[in-house]
Amino acid sequence: MVRLRFSTGWPMATSLPPLRALRQALHLPPDAPVLRPALWIGAAALAVLGAYGAAAGWFSPQRLSPRRIINTFNANFGEHPGYRRNHAKGVCVLGYFEGNGSASSLSTAAVFGTTRTPVVGRFAVPGGNPGIADGSVPVRSMALQFSSPGGEQWRMGMNNAALFTVNTPQAFYQQLIATRPDPATGKPDPARVKAFYAAHPESAAALAWGKSHPPSTGLGNGTYYSINAFELIDAHGEKHAVRWAMQPEQPYAALGKPAPTDPDFLSHDLQQQLQQGPLRWHLILTLAAPGDPTNDATRAWPADRPTVDAGTLTLQNSAPQADGPCRDINFDPTILPHGVALSDDPLLAARQGAYSRSFNLRTHEEAAAQTPAARKVNP
Amino acid sequence: MTPSTRPMRFSLPARVLHWLMAPAIFVMLLLGSGLVTTVSIWRPLLLDTHKTLGMLLLLLVLLRLAIRLTRGAPALPSNMPGWQRGLAHLSHWLLYGLMLAMPLIGWAMLSAAGYPLPGIGGWHVPALMAPDVVRYALLRHAHGVLGRVFFWVILVHLCAGLAHALLLRDGVFNSMALRLRR
Repeated sequence: MVRLRFSTGWPMATSLPPLRALRQALHLPPDAPVLRPALWIGAAALAVLGAYGAAAGWFSPQRLSPRRIINTFNANFGEHPGYRRNHAKGVCVLGYFEGNGSASSLSTAAVFGTTRTPVVGRFAVPGGNPGIADGSVPVRSMALQFSSPGGEQWRMGMNNAALFTVNTPQAFYQQLIATRPDPATGKPDPARVKAFYAAHPESAAALAWGKSHPPSTGLGNGTYYSINAFELIDAHGEKHAVRWAMQPEQPYAALGKPAPTDPDFLSHDLQQQLQQGPLRWHLILTLAAPGDPTNDATRAWPADRPTVDAGTLTLQNSAPQADGPCRDINFDPTILPHGVALSDDPLLAARQGAYSRSFNLRTHEEAAAQTPAARKVNP
Repeated sequence: MTPSTRPMRFSLPARVLHWLMAPAIFVMLLLGSGLVTTVSIWRPLLLDTHKTLGMLLLLLVLLRLAIRLTRGAPALPSNMPGWQRGLAHLSHWLLYGLMLAMPLIGWAMLSAAGYPLPGIGGWHVPALMAPDVVRYALLRHAHGVLGRVFFWVILVHLCAGLAHALLLRDGVFNSMALRLRR
């Protein structure tokens, strides 16, 4: 029997009518301690409830959550059920990656060995509007999923810009709000956009980079950058900070102005090119020197940093995203193989959270469209 | 097993498992509710810990269920009212059910989404099913709803356990207490 002793103090309190009633209800003797045990039980319940509530954010309504970021995408771009909340318009691609062994001394990742790894990928343009015209934005993205034997995966989400405009999830969220299209004009309010960039001088480098690097004429002759820094881990457990880029074998040519009138010129051009033969890129790893920022996607590393050509990506086929093999993949860049790890870049955690929320919503919408029973379930 | 031959307490392995799993399950609920509401730099670590600890808890609950089914449970006090008995049995099997269902749904849901599964080094636990996002959507929804149900059931269980220990002092709490001597 557990015998916890309670002081017999509080003579007045123990004879209060509610305590007498509780004793009677529990068939306890008239002198059984009730008040203190009840207080202890209440305190324990409150502590557990408080810990859970603190974790779940009940007491921090200002916390930046994946839900708030994704709700902001919905507010900016409207509801497009079943589509990704960002980079909504895209096209699936299929191919493989062949490592050449050059990076095997830097990372134990299986893909870097002299082996062929199947790849499912997706080219996309940013924004939550799946009907956007390809020529209306300068940014394009390449997302890839490498599938190694034994269930290992590497997922990448890359942009055709070497630098990102912000370096924290909070600034990204503020940028989303500042660039929300005005319902009257359909375009962001220039004054708000200007105010945002004035308050975020870290954006200047990415904006300048964009001005001096016009997008390529097609998807096949663009370079796609890792955006964030990562860590390669070698066989001795040594870490090597890295950024990477997929560099095309096709020569770059700048997209002229005005952009082609076909709103889908990027995917149409890609399809035509792949009919003539596969497209290839080289995975170029850039290694940081001590002191190079790994937690700041707005800052370039000096141009003289050593690079390693780790292997060749070959894309052979494309498929529409509506029923293509990339549709149901969440290209979460924090999904890494053994031998590659996350850096201290705070954007990576936010990408993981926001991509996951987007995936949960759109798969839910897909399920609701396919099965009547799922319609009743709300996310 | 007739009441007269039933032990006064849960077997020692069952008690050790209870007190090992109780804080781990509570941590799992904090990790789960925390990671879906944050984009902080800790999120990937919270997610990895949630997945790995979940697989570990699945092993422990299988062991625990095997012990529960072979070694049985002590009888409840003979003077316990019928409604309390009913509630005790219901809540206990609800807890066992949730302990088993949560990691299984988590595992199945990661499989259905085509996500890589937790593992050691380059080795990963096998997928429970082929990727299928319609199934993923239902499983992911169930994982969240049952997680919230699990928390409230645990809170009630905690209050009931403490009520037996501090108010009723009827030996029910002692039947699961870790101390070796009675």
